[in-house]
Amino acid sequence: MNLGLSEEQEMLKTSARDFLQKEFPKKLVRQLDESETGYSPELWRKMAELGWMGLVFPEKYGGSGGSFLDLIVLLEEMGYNILPGPFFSTVVLGGLTILSAGNEEQRNEFLPRIASGDRILTLALTEPSARYDAAAINTRATTSNGNYVINGTKLFVPDANVADYILCVTRTKEEQNPEDGITVFLVDAKSPGIECTLLKTLARDKQCEIVFDNVGVPQNNILGKPDQGWTIIKDTLQKATVAKCAEMVGSAQAALEMAVQYAKERVQFNRPIGSFQAIQHYCANMVTDVDGARFITYKAAWKVSEGLPAALDVAIAKAWTGEACSRVTLLAHQIFGAIGFTMDHDLHLYYRRAKAGEIMFGDSDTQRAIVARELGL
Amino acid sequence: MDFRFNEQELAFQREVEDFIKRELPADWTERSIYWPGGYGTLAELEEVDPIIEQFTRKLAEKGWLTISWPKEYGGAGRSHIEQAIFHERMSYYRVRGGEVATLIGGPTILHFGSDEMKKEWLPKIARGEVRFWLAYSEPNAGSDLASIQTRAVEDGDDLIINGQKIWSTAAHAAHYAWMIVRTDPDAPPHKGITLLIVDNKSLGVTIRPLTNICGFHSFNEVFFDNVRVPKKNIVGEKNKGWYYVMVALDFERLVIPMGGFKRTFEEIAQYAREAKLNGRPLSQEPLLRNKLAQIAIEIEVAYMFFWQTAWMLDRGLVPNIEASVLKLVTTELSQKLANLGMQVLGHYGPLERNSKWAPLGGRVCTGYLDCISALVGAGTSEIQRNIIAMRGLGLPRS
Repeated sequence: MNLGLSEEQEMLKTSARDFLQKEFPKKLVRQLDESETGYSPELWRKMAELGWMGLVFPEKYGGSGGSFLDLIVLLEEMGYNILPGPFFSTVVLGGLTILSAGNEEQRNEFLPRIASGDRILTLALTEPSARYDAAAINTRATTSNGNYVINGTKLFVPDANVADYILCVTRTKEEQNPEDGITVFLVDAKSPGIECTLLKTLARDKQCEIVFDNVGVPQNNILGKPDQGWTIIKDTLQKATVAKCAEMVGSAQAALEMAVQYAKERVQFNRPIGSFQAIQHYCANMVTDVDGARFITYKAAWKVSEGLPAALDVAIAKAWTGEACSRVTLLAHQIFGAIGFTMDHDLHLYYRRAKAGEIMFGDSDTQRAIVARELGL
Repeated sequence: MDFRFNEQELAFQREVEDFIKRELPADWTERSIYWPGGYGTLAELEEVDPIIEQFTRKLAEKGWLTISWPKEYGGAGRSHIEQAIFHERMSYYRVRGGEVATLIGGPTILHFGSDEMKKEWLPKIARGEVRFWLAYSEPNAGSDLASIQTRAVEDGDDLIINGQKIWSTAAHAAHYAWMIVRTDPDAPPHKGITLLIVDNKSLGVTIRPLTNICGFHSFNEVFFDNVRVPKKNIVGEKNKGWYYVMVALDFERLVIPMGGFKRTFEEIAQYAREAKLNGRPLSQEPLLRNKLAQIAIEIEVAYMFFWQTAWMLDRGLVPNIEASVLKLVTTELSQKLANLGMQVLGHYGPLERNSKWAPLGGRVCTGYLDCISALVGAGTSEIQRNIIAMRGLGLPRS
């Protein structure tokens, strides 16, 4: 058993923390949160130059051949600095999916461009039903002269407003089993018939509504096999779920540190409030939640990274991490008192993100249903 | 990172498992009513069970009673991960892997005892011939342990002890007190405490039973009336006892019945699969299913703290936060598990263990009572949170 990060991972962690703290001060984070695009092209390029976008791609696709676990280390740091932008959508939802399901031509077309920072991607999966199961896929793709035409509405699609390509999950056949008859397309975001509307959300994450109105897609843009796309999506969802946990662990860690620091400094009744047992116990509960979430997330991520069956571990990680990180940011607010309730203070940025993360890719009730199923209950 | 056991760890896990299955009666896990995290229902407290006596001798032969000790002192010289594996498997089969002498007394003597003391005590502890009880708490010194008042005064080659200990688990089933006494009343509280070993048979020692709410005689109150103890029984140096006691906390960090939680959950889950509600398995009732899953999740999270603590200790790191969190979350889990058991068993839950109708050997009923002890004994949940906050996060004392 070895529960530590490798030397390279420690270095990645440190350099990521330094870079993000220097380049993304909270003032900029707020500006990006409030902006239409949610990212800075200049800093996006710098991140690409650091090799972050291509971290997990093999070298022949312009990457550095890192593992999924390396990416988790990086995502935890991005969460720690609450980095806005389409990194998650591009690399986790888009890049990893193409890497595992794309043909050689598609990999050559997309992965080097993602790695160089020249292409932004996202995954259009959920629809107005807001569910992550196969039965929820109602967006249709029908054949027309050997090519396909997509019609339907996708909702809660992250970063579609800035994406160059959209991985669109469609129903191509009606089968008894809803997991059959699903096809994933690589859709040029500028295709005629696509209408993308930015949604205003709690965490200012750039979620969108996309309406596909007779959008034509060439047959060559099918990712994987026609009608068998759900296995691709299941795999991507598993990776995305644990990747989201890593981000959440990072932000919860930051919120914990802020609250502990404040508890040491803030004086009431002539003593630091951190000397009061009530506050100390809040802090103890917070670190218990954060550390537990980190350990369980890394266990799930390690399984995914090793290619081991991970459905149970990922559901356990998300069920726990989602609720734990929301609890942590809420307790942090309790410690900060009124100042934390002001827009000027940074804490609400973490509180918003924690809830958004808890809901994303299935909330804790949804995950517990998976856990129960996996345990044969 | 690698969450798998390596070859050696796997082989050891198999060896422990085979040993338990070979040496304990097949129905032991059904007979043992031990509730994970509870301190009040250890089988050996109720009666000195000949099966456990024999099993203990066999453990001693393998050096597993003292699994963490160096081989030269009769131990097995195992890593912390291996110790964790041992306690995990043992507790899964509801059997204890040590007591105060092997887990606390012996390791403390190893670190701080004189050569003479090591020679005198370590071999017989390793052979399982002597058992200690923990003589720490007093009627007015619970969470505030450093305020103990039991006095020891020098008299020639002896110390003379007067005072009272309480909540003395298994004092009646052990041979010696592993005891802290006040030797310097003028020093600050934690600087006037001495650690020593006192024979239960000494003149002036009176042990009175206390019955816990599970109906077990698990703990006692013990009175010391002019009890003479030779000075050679002092552990380390006089007035440094508090320090030794704090360091000794490190030795028992992995003595968490992780496997017991897993085992008990498996049994409750199996019951929920087999019981019927409106013709369907109870486990398919959505609210209950959600709760079952939540406890399964919390057990997995607790396991992570367990392995993390062991892993850190193997690397010479001090798991201040992790170890206290481990105690805290597992004991709180003990209560959640008991509540879950009661809910799943419904009307059958409160049936006591001798009823022919009682499912799971009546363990849920006893466990529902015993789970209270876990959050109180060995440092309350509040004390654990204080430790996490002050020692772990550096929050100020005042």
